[in-house]
Amino acid sequence: MTTAPAKAGWRFRQPSVIPGFGLTLGFSLAYLTLIILIPLSGLIWRSAALGWADFWAIATDRRTINALEISFGTAFIAAMVNVVFGTIVAWVLVRYSFPGRRIVDAMVDLPFALPTAVAGIALTTLYAPNGWLGSLLAPLGIKVAYTPLGIIIALIFIGLPFVVRTVQPIMEEIDKEVEEVAATLGANRFQTIARVLLPGLAPAIVTGFALAFARGVGEYGSVIFIAGNLPYKSEIAPLLIVIRLEEYNYAAATAIAAIMLALSFVMLLVINLVQTWSRKRYG
Amino acid sequence: MADPEIKSYAPHHESLSAAVTESRPAKAVLMIVSFAFLGIFLLLPLIVVFNEAFAKGFSDYADALTSPDTRSAIYLTLLVAAISVPLNIVFGVSAAWAIAKFEFKGKAFLTTLIDLPFSVSPVISGLVYVLLFGAQGLLGAWLKAHGIVILFAVPGIVLATIFVTFPFVARELIPLMQEQGNGDEEAALSLGANGWQAFWYVTLPNVKWGLLYGVLLCNARAMGEFGAVSVVSGHIRGLTNTMPLHVEILYNEYNAAAAFAVASLLAGLALVTLVLKTLLEMRYGAEIAATRGH
Repeated sequence: MTTAPAKAGWRFRQPSVIPGFGLTLGFSLAYLTLIILIPLSGLIWRSAALGWADFWAIATDRRTINALEISFGTAFIAAMVNVVFGTIVAWVLVRYSFPGRRIVDAMVDLPFALPTAVAGIALTTLYAPNGWLGSLLAPLGIKVAYTPLGIIIALIFIGLPFVVRTVQPIMEEIDKEVEEVAATLGANRFQTIARVLLPGLAPAIVTGFALAFARGVGEYGSVIFIAGNLPYKSEIAPLLIVIRLEEYNYAAATAIAAIMLALSFVMLLVINLVQTWSRKRYG
Repeated sequence: MADPEIKSYAPHHESLSAAVTESRPAKAVLMIVSFAFLGIFLLLPLIVVFNEAFAKGFSDYADALTSPDTRSAIYLTLLVAAISVPLNIVFGVSAAWAIAKFEFKGKAFLTTLIDLPFSVSPVISGLVYVLLFGAQGLLGAWLKAHGIVILFAVPGIVLATIFVTFPFVARELIPLMQEQGNGDEEAALSLGANGWQAFWYVTLPNVKWGLLYGVLLCNARAMGEFGAVSVVSGHIRGLTNTMPLHVEILYNEYNAAAAFAVASLLAGLALVTLVLKTLLEMRYGAEIAATRGH
């Protein structure tokens, strides 16, 4: 944090009659540093101490690369599915009235509230070959549980509320007059939605995608039950970290964690840029 | 926040109604798609939990919940939440006071740092403490020499839980207190209240529903956290197993009925959380910050 006075008239904070600034900021910073910043810098320090050759060997290990590909790939697909269906769900919740709308709306938050381990075993039971949905899909030759498809299902569950809750408030603010103008100018409903409404929603949709994607990449609890966890095939990166830790291979666990952190931050940065761009483009 | 009442969207001109809302079949299709999607992805898993929990009858269900290992898991989960939630409340209130009531350099950066734990994988949240306190960790040797046990014990579980639930209270209170401004506190101070009185009698009543909302979400996550706790717990039955970890152990032992029995308690907690959250949003929507979601 910048605390050193740089030039004359520089103020760390604006004057105020409200007391307690030093106490609350001091406590907050101390707590933040102890709980979050020191442990996270420990991770960065440990991976830096590994040395480039070791780090590179771990990073380019086939199993590491496959695990990262599976994590990022399945999270990407699940977030895309959620963008489509999450936007439709948000639209139905905002625009249509039907009995029980409140309950359906509350249900959308279930993945936030339900512990991931519970979601994991429930989805596995549902999609297992003898489960309610698995037994319907088995005759069609579709295997969900214990395959990468299962990972995608779990990540769709986890990511859905991120898209709905990001898009919904923006939809509620849409000015009805814009649609009316589009209609009087001769646009049909499809054109109004595609050319007038969706561009305005784009930044929110991108944000929702980013949140769902970021959550999906790091997700562990709901995935490990349904994934089957076959190395090179359905083993996600967070699980590989846990496996390396259990082997007391701290170096590998640290390196994979550092790569995951770095990739997530790069993704968030890119998505931030896309958002800034789309805000400029569409106002 | 705008109440999404359909009335407000009723077209002003009858002739335009067809153009500013979807046709009946299109509406029907969108609603069916939504309900099918939510039904398959949200409702069915929830039903499965309770169905499997009672699959072997009520007495097996009761047995699973009263076994010593389950009881100690329930106790540990409650203990961990009882320590980590209040600590995060104190932090959240304190950070919100500093950030919302004052203008200072680096405020935006500090707000970003507070949200940091949400973008870190739960497994990594646990790993950082293993790297710090583990036998090969930075402080491992020193802790061992002094006989302090953090990892694979309750303190480690509490720390990992605090890490993953860190932003909940703060991120609920900061926008709310920013929106409310400093006017009320300044009035109280000019009338002779001291800072503590201004906080206790003015600020706290103003933000109490927002605070409760944040605490609710914080608590749900604290009791349900799996990944981070799994890494630091060591999975010692009856000692360092929280309820979510106990669910995993039972499930991996092919004791699905017992696993789902414990899971049903956690699902019940999730449902209670959702009901309370919805009630808070309905009753006190205006007094809870416009930020919705996690």
